[in-house]
Amino acid sequence: MSGQHARAAVLTLSGVNKSFGRTEIIRGVDLDLIEGERHALIGPNGAGKSTLFNLMSGRLHPSSGTIALRGVDITRSSPQAINRMGLARSFQVTNLFHRMTAFENLRCAASWSLGARYMFWRPIDSLPEVNARAGEVLDAVGLARRRDVAASELTYAEQRALEIGVTIACGADVILLDEPTAGMSRSETEAAVALIRRVTEGRTLVMVEHDMDVVFGLADRVSVLVYGRVIASGSPDAIHADAKVQEAYLGTELGTELGTGPAKAQQH
Amino acid sequence: MSGADVANGAIAKQAAAAAANGSALWAGLAGIAALIALPFVFPQGFALSLMCQMGIATIFALSYNMLLGQTGLLSFGHAVYFGLGAFCAIHLMRWTGSARTGGAWTIVVLPLIGGLGGLAAGLILGGVTTRRAGTIFAMISLGVGEMVASIAPMFPALFGGEAGISANRVFGAPLFGITFGPQRQVYYLIVGWAIVAALGMRALTKTPLGRMANAVRDNPERAQFVGYNPQRVRFLMLTLSGFFAGIAGGLSAVNYEIVTGETLGAQTSALVLLMAFIGGIGQFYGPIIGAVLVTFLQTALSQYTHAWLFYFGLFFLFMVLKAPGGIASLVELHRDPWRLGLTRWIWPQYGAVLIPALATVAGLIGLVELVYRIAGGVDAGETSWRLFGHAVVATSWVPWATAIVLLVAGGWLLAKTWSGVLCQWKTVLRATARGDAGETRK
Repeated sequence: MSGQHARAAVLTLSGVNKSFGRTEIIRGVDLDLIEGERHALIGPNGAGKSTLFNLMSGRLHPSSGTIALRGVDITRSSPQAINRMGLARSFQVTNLFHRMTAFENLRCAASWSLGARYMFWRPIDSLPEVNARAGEVLDAVGLARRRDVAASELTYAEQRALEIGVTIACGADVILLDEPTAGMSRSETEAAVALIRRVTEGRTLVMVEHDMDVVFGLADRVSVLVYGRVIASGSPDAIHADAKVQEAYLGTELGTELGTGPAKAQQH
Repeated sequence: MSGADVANGAIAKQAAAAAANGSALWAGLAGIAALIALPFVFPQGFALSLMCQMGIATIFALSYNMLLGQTGLLSFGHAVYFGLGAFCAIHLMRWTGSARTGGAWTIVVLPLIGGLGGLAAGLILGGVTTRRAGTIFAMISLGVGEMVASIAPMFPALFGGEAGISANRVFGAPLFGITFGPQRQVYYLIVGWAIVAALGMRALTKTPLGRMANAVRDNPERAQFVGYNPQRVRFLMLTLSGFFAGIAGGLSAVNYEIVTGETLGAQTSALVLLMAFIGGIGQFYGPIIGAVLVTFLQTALSQYTHAWLFYFGLFFLFMVLKAPGGIASLVELHRDPWRLGLTRWIWPQYGAVLIPALATVAGLIGLVELVYRIAGGVDAGETSWRLFGHAVVATSWVPWATAIVLLVAGGWLLAKTWSGVLCQWKTVLRATARGDAGETRK
């Protein structure tokens, strides 16, 4: 662990709890995300992975504990404040500006960080940086030929790609991806992994993922969340070998995946 | 598709866009020329004042659609900004008139003062109303609207009580010989402001704020996660919308030389909603169509029949049920087939529908008018009137039978022929889709 701490922690969760009524979803999570790493968050259904994402991105606020982004407390910050500090997230269920075109979605995502803000005295076409970044991201996510198609009319895989595009077009250097390959076919998943690898180069990535191929192929570090607690955190190999993880997953779908390798290969 | 094909496609697209821009410019110039020529074509006082009203309504309806169509905010209180702008303008008009300062040039800039009044109202009230979107916004806008309208009678010095505030627009020195006394000069003032305001609102849709308004309309939550505060976007859009509504209000002060407390009320708010909706909130130009049409119906129809509000309600109901995207959506539906020359396939079907549709409408109108005549309401006693030179007697069975036959037979034929229209439309749309595919393949 000391080797990893040589690089700065970008996002730090300390003693984070979240309850809905009497139900405790997150129970004392401590987690450091290191500058430039690709960090996968895994765990069985209902472990609280999405809730943890919601806490990190300001969609929800913790019941107790603190969250800091580059040393600045963001525990009670609004989503937009956190986004402006350089943290962007995607959603598990596609969450786009559905009546706007792919390109317009990306321009909206690029606007704030490039200083367009609430500008109403200049046309957006006249802002070269915004258009350049939207164009670059459009190319990067492979939607150049679907530029002027409304988000709602894109195919599912295209919408997922745009979802990632909107997230990275914010220009943030901490990227949270919530199940980016959910519902994708094998080949679509491979394309998505390549895409994620490409567009998160040089940034810090945290992703919730169920597909163990994706996790072990992409992540530098893996944290395992079970019933609201992080039970293990380490390199993919270490997680694979971890007895606690094996035990926690025994008999579950993930257990078989961890034990026997590629999950999707079995399904097909 | 090879890279060269894509590049060719891009060039073709640019050329098409340039051509579209060029033709849009010509269409715009032609439109302006038509607006300048209109008072010579319709020089009658009635037509002129109707056109003035249409111009004012156009600005007002466009400003309303900045909220409904562009930001997704259904407002029931937009009259507040129109009305407060109008009051600002009329007070200034009174003051400059009595102080013997200024002259015709103050009338030219007066709508701007109205706009600033609307803007100020937006700044003050917008913070409360735009806190939430959706149903909550609609309810708050209704509440704020009623509140402002009910405050008006309590301050007769500001709002003039029941009589309203009146002023004279002709005072001081003329500007290049223009006094704004004749209605025609006011018409040109309104046209000028309407063009400026419409271009301004159109330009606003293409700014970062305008785009984010669409984004907040579509998905306020995601807007937060790309760094925007949806409340702030709504607030700014409402304030700017208040500005343009205030310009319309200022023009109405100049046009009528009187502003009453009713201007602030729910009826004005409802009317502008109907204009925007009937015209179509999905297209920028939709509310213009709605404003012109509704103003025409409201003014012209009421000259002919006391039942005009009933017809207007029927028309609105018909639009909501049959064309919820408004008239603009029907225009858009025809756009691609027209470009591909496919609309000629549908003309015969439209022609077949025309006669039954007219018969049905005539039968319906006949029945409504007859009922109005014998019901003993506003037209009590007027049981006979003249139609195309023939006497119609509501107490005899002849007009009733005629109306019923027209309605039933027309309706039956309409149902028959309408299915032909729908069927043919499917063919046209399929061909349109194919035509598009064929074009991109080139």
